[in-house]
Amino acid sequence: MSAALEIRGLNKSFGALPVASDVSLALEPGARHALIGPNGSGKTTLVNLITGALAPDSGKVMLNGRDITSLSQARRVRRGLARTFQINQLFAGLTVLENVLLAIAERSGTAHKLWRRASRDSAVTGEAYALLEQLRIHDDALKVTGELPYGHQRLVEIAITLGLDPKVLLLDEPAAGIPSAESHLILDAIAALPDSIAVLIIEHDMDVVFRFAHRISVLVSGTIMREGSPGEIAADEEVRAVYLGEERNG
Amino acid sequence: MSDLSSTEHHLRRAERWHPAEALPWLAAIAVFFLLPDYTVLGTQIMIMILFALSLDLILGYAGIVTLGHAAYFGAGAYATGMVSAHLGWGEPFSGLLIGGAAGALLGLVSGAVLLRYHGLTLLMLTLATAILLQELANATEVWTGGFDGLTGISIEPLFGVFENDLFGRNYYLYVLGVLFVAFLLCRRLVHSPFGRTLVGIRENVARMHAIGTPVYARLLLAYVISAGLAGVAGALFAQSNAYVTLDVLSFARSGAVLIFLILGGTGKLYGAFIGTSVYLILEDELAKLSPEFWEFGLGLVLVLVVLFFRRGVLGAFEDLAAKLRTGRS
Repeated sequence: MSAALEIRGLNKSFGALPVASDVSLALEPGARHALIGPNGSGKTTLVNLITGALAPDSGKVMLNGRDITSLSQARRVRRGLARTFQINQLFAGLTVLENVLLAIAERSGTAHKLWRRASRDSAVTGEAYALLEQLRIHDDALKVTGELPYGHQRLVEIAITLGLDPKVLLLDEPAAGIPSAESHLILDAIAALPDSIAVLIIEHDMDVVFRFAHRISVLVSGTIMREGSPGEIAADEEVRAVYLGEERNG
Repeated sequence: MSDLSSTEHHLRRAERWHPAEALPWLAAIAVFFLLPDYTVLGTQIMIMILFALSLDLILGYAGIVTLGHAAYFGAGAYATGMVSAHLGWGEPFSGLLIGGAAGALLGLVSGAVLLRYHGLTLLMLTLATAILLQELANATEVWTGGFDGLTGISIEPLFGVFENDLFGRNYYLYVLGVLFVAFLLCRRLVHSPFGRTLVGIRENVARMHAIGTPVYARLLLAYVISAGLAGVAGALFAQSNAYVTLDVLSFARSGAVLIFLILGGTGKLYGAFIGTSVYLILEDELAKLSPEFWEFGLGLVLVLVVLFFRRGVLGAFEDLAAKLRTGRS
């Protein structure tokens, strides 16, 4: 059985500066994999390489055993690779429901229709609403997204990606910027993600990482320094020195 | 409190016809019967409303800012005019189709390049496109009449019966009818799933890429539709004036239509109606009032609107209505 997501020997340099060197990583279907690393270690670059926002200099990205390295970002999404953003990328002026409707319409292949009334797409509306109920933000359905508390906006970010029915989901620092009073919202939402989705979570917050991840990769200066179970990573002296130590000092 | 059925109800209500939407059409009919002296001006206003409406599709909905939309208006005007002046084809309805097709075709060819760019680069390139086209029209005098304008346009009576009379009454109704059909098309379009994705692109293009939207293809289709409608407006202009000059492609026209739309309010369709009418009626009245200083008055109005009604005249009305509603409840 092929991995849900596999990257092989990815390399990327910005000019003379290597930001990813021979990075390899594999997620089994349903995996809960965390990618950690100090600031500037290349986590965001790696996300951009996987999603197709950046093209690698060499190496491959495979989704369900198929090479997607040359596909555009949008095509990768249509193959089942979705992401959330470290900083909310929402349709701030639209309602919560409309945010999710856009994603579902795109996935279900109705979004290009010119002559249909969008409000009559009951299947799309129903699915969007069910998703909001699942994330317990259906009371916000008709509110303008930009006016919601930040924690709720983070949930909309997740709702949009779930609307894409992904096989692989990249969560880019999902807990970033949420006040601690609201952080349980996002933690519960991550815990409730269906097992059918392989999740790669890029996170700074070690509580989040050790709570969800079954595997952890440590990225340092654009290379995977270590990969292992949470127990192995926590016990690794070198990781503690490079990363956890820095956290404590920083 | 909310549930699925009330949410669906809310979505459908948003696209249902509001009684106030009858107003511009009733006003247009009232002008026809009550102010016969204004039918010629009214015809020109409605042509520009159609032009502004076409711009609203790409500017107000998809967020494409352009300073070259006259290129498509001019393409439609010249195509319809030249088919009549050189080939002797003066049937008006097919003339509209020819103008629309010319606009859309130019929209496809230029949009395919233009829409690869964003922001100021796009703005400058749209401006350059219209200027290039104007120079091209100037240089190809044999076909376009160049600087002297295209003469010899002869449009047949509508349905073979109704001439473009001196008072422009038949053409007033003709243009009103075309505007109405075009408006229905636009209204349907902006409430379609496609129209929604345009708004999504305007709101956050990065997110649209991340939900798998083929952004470029969507924008190009919107651009072609908009250019086609602008071409129809240009065709109406050529037919109603029986004369086309380089002015149809001018920067002034591209700028004016942008001002009409911003004045009225973008992304609402009706902003095109209000902004264009207010501007052109004011221009007409002020010019009568003070043949020397009318532009000053017009400039003053624009400054005041931009300073105090950021969302245009229609936006100001919406804000007022919202305030009244919350005041009552």
